[in-house]
Amino acid sequence: MAFIHTKRARCVVQSNSNVRLMKKTKSLKEGWKYFNKKKYLYILLIPCVLYYIIFQYVPMYGVIIAFKDFSFSKGILGSEWIGLDNFKYLFGLKDFYRVFFNSISLSLLKLIICFPIPIILALMLNEIPSLRYKKMCQTVIYLPYFISWVVIGGILVNLLSPSWGYVNMLLKSLGMEPVFFLGSEEYFRPIVIVSHIWKQAGWDTIIYLAAITSVNPELYEAAKMDGASKFKSIFYVTLPCIRSTIIILLLLSIGGIMNNGFEQINVLQNNNNLVVSEVFETYTYRLGMVSGRFSFATTVGLFSSTVGFVLLMIANKVAKALGEDGIF
Amino acid sequence: MIMKKRKNKIKQDWHTTAICVIVVTLFALCCVAPFIYVFCVSFMPYSEYLENPLKIIPSKIDFAAYKQLFEFDLLWSGYLNTIIVTVLSTAISVFLLVISAYPLSKKNLKGQKFIMGAIMFTMFFNGGMIPNYILIRNLNLDNTLWSLILPGCLNVFNLILMRNFIVTTIPTTLEEVATIDGANDLRILFSVVFPLLKPAIATMTVFCAVGAWNSYFSAMMYIQDREKWPLTLILRELIVEDSASAMSQTAQLLNSQNMAHSFTLKMAAIIITILPILIVYPFMQKYFVKGVTLGSVKE
Repeated sequence: MAFIHTKRARCVVQSNSNVRLMKKTKSLKEGWKYFNKKKYLYILLIPCVLYYIIFQYVPMYGVIIAFKDFSFSKGILGSEWIGLDNFKYLFGLKDFYRVFFNSISLSLLKLIICFPIPIILALMLNEIPSLRYKKMCQTVIYLPYFISWVVIGGILVNLLSPSWGYVNMLLKSLGMEPVFFLGSEEYFRPIVIVSHIWKQAGWDTIIYLAAITSVNPELYEAAKMDGASKFKSIFYVTLPCIRSTIIILLLLSIGGIMNNGFEQINVLQNNNNLVVSEVFETYTYRLGMVSGRFSFATTVGLFSSTVGFVLLMIANKVAKALGEDGIF
Repeated sequence: MIMKKRKNKIKQDWHTTAICVIVVTLFALCCVAPFIYVFCVSFMPYSEYLENPLKIIPSKIDFAAYKQLFEFDLLWSGYLNTIIVTVLSTAISVFLLVISAYPLSKKNLKGQKFIMGAIMFTMFFNGGMIPNYILIRNLNLDNTLWSLILPGCLNVFNLILMRNFIVTTIPTTLEEVATIDGANDLRILFSVVFPLLKPAIATMTVFCAVGAWNSYFSAMMYIQDREKWPLTLILRELIVEDSASAMSQTAQLLNSQNMAHSFTLKMAAIIITILPILIVYPFMQKYFVKGVTLGSVKE
């Protein structure tokens, strides 16, 4: 560094008239000084930057194989360009529209049915008078969130099994015909929704509960003075106060509309319910990992993530237009 | 008249509270009921189950299913793999989170905004399943446990939570004092900031460990050898696929009906998988509640 320093200094002396060069060296010097002062912070950032480049941005670059005829022997760069052929083929495929419909309808059902439940649950939890009982309930309803989908799927498959499942045994003892729940098309969506609520709803109350506790208690006092019942004060005080939290979470779930959660769908999927259970993630997996059609599977993945991204952008714009914070 | 109205209101309030208590209690019961059922059935002798499939409490405790599972080698290798992956990925994650979140919390650091933006972008758009798989294969990580550890070791959400925690809870005056005393940024991070991060670190440890314990998707993608599978994937084959892959060891286990029936066996396998989580759950409870709320503070 000292070397550069003296060389630069000489340089500056030599071309005294060259103001631009002087300015440049000055800013370089200052930049170096700044970096030197903060070098440890930058050094700490190196692993993080490397991680995001390698494990996030390199795969993003790898997306170009959607426009190529990829094979492992040729590599990403060496494979031939095929332009939009994969997309043309995809849009001409009957399966594609079914998968698209399945993904969207499942997510919309989740959004409509599963989204409000944690809010209601949080409001109700907040009304429990005994603090200890409330804590106990919280402990219990957070538990399913920590259980793997494999386990939940395993329990469901066995509980609903037509030959030995508890539910069907109950139906039989009541004199009804056993139903092969996971093998029939009409029961798949309800099972996904219910299991999603079971695993997620309790956990999702945490964030709403945090928002509820930050509501100014004076507002409740005022509402009480004005003669509002408890129900009314929930509706007219608590809900408006946690509005921004609700909107941010709503935005995030709209952004995730193309993601149905591979792990959940995969454990509940079988050949009998494939018509309704095939969603983008499982379809990509089947095409890429099972059939080895890497380029085409990437096309499917790229399509779904692009649609998800655009949806999120639109939702964010709408929220901002309505005077809310938005995500970014 | 006014008195009557007030009485009416109190009665109404009482109704609201009662409904809330009942609904929450019912939901809580639904949350634990499956576990209790699985637990009880795993100890039930199969003959008893056949007699009355609706029975929940076994009349005598039968360890046959557990005994048979303990002789199942894949279960042990799965357990070991899961423990290795959980410990390593949690340690690496938490370390990376701390050292990355600290510089990112410095709002006047040049380049911080750009890096933060680039990181946030990955939250909403990413390469997807197949490019990730190609990457792992090109890095020669496929079929190793590292493929389960490295790709997820610096989660965006956790990073943002950690950064927000530092921004909101660490007073800048503290760091200024340390700077005046001649400490450099490394010293400040490890001896001044680090001790204050303990609650956040505890939370992150819980999140990372539970995530690593429960996931099976990446193992399904990247790992071919059954001996390298984590517990969840073994369990997946055992319970979900049933005897679809007839050649596998799992199928042999399920078909050998000398001791316990496959149904009881599956229930016992579920209990064995979730047992560690159930044991540590009461202790980790207070940390994750804190964790979610620490992230909800918007700057």
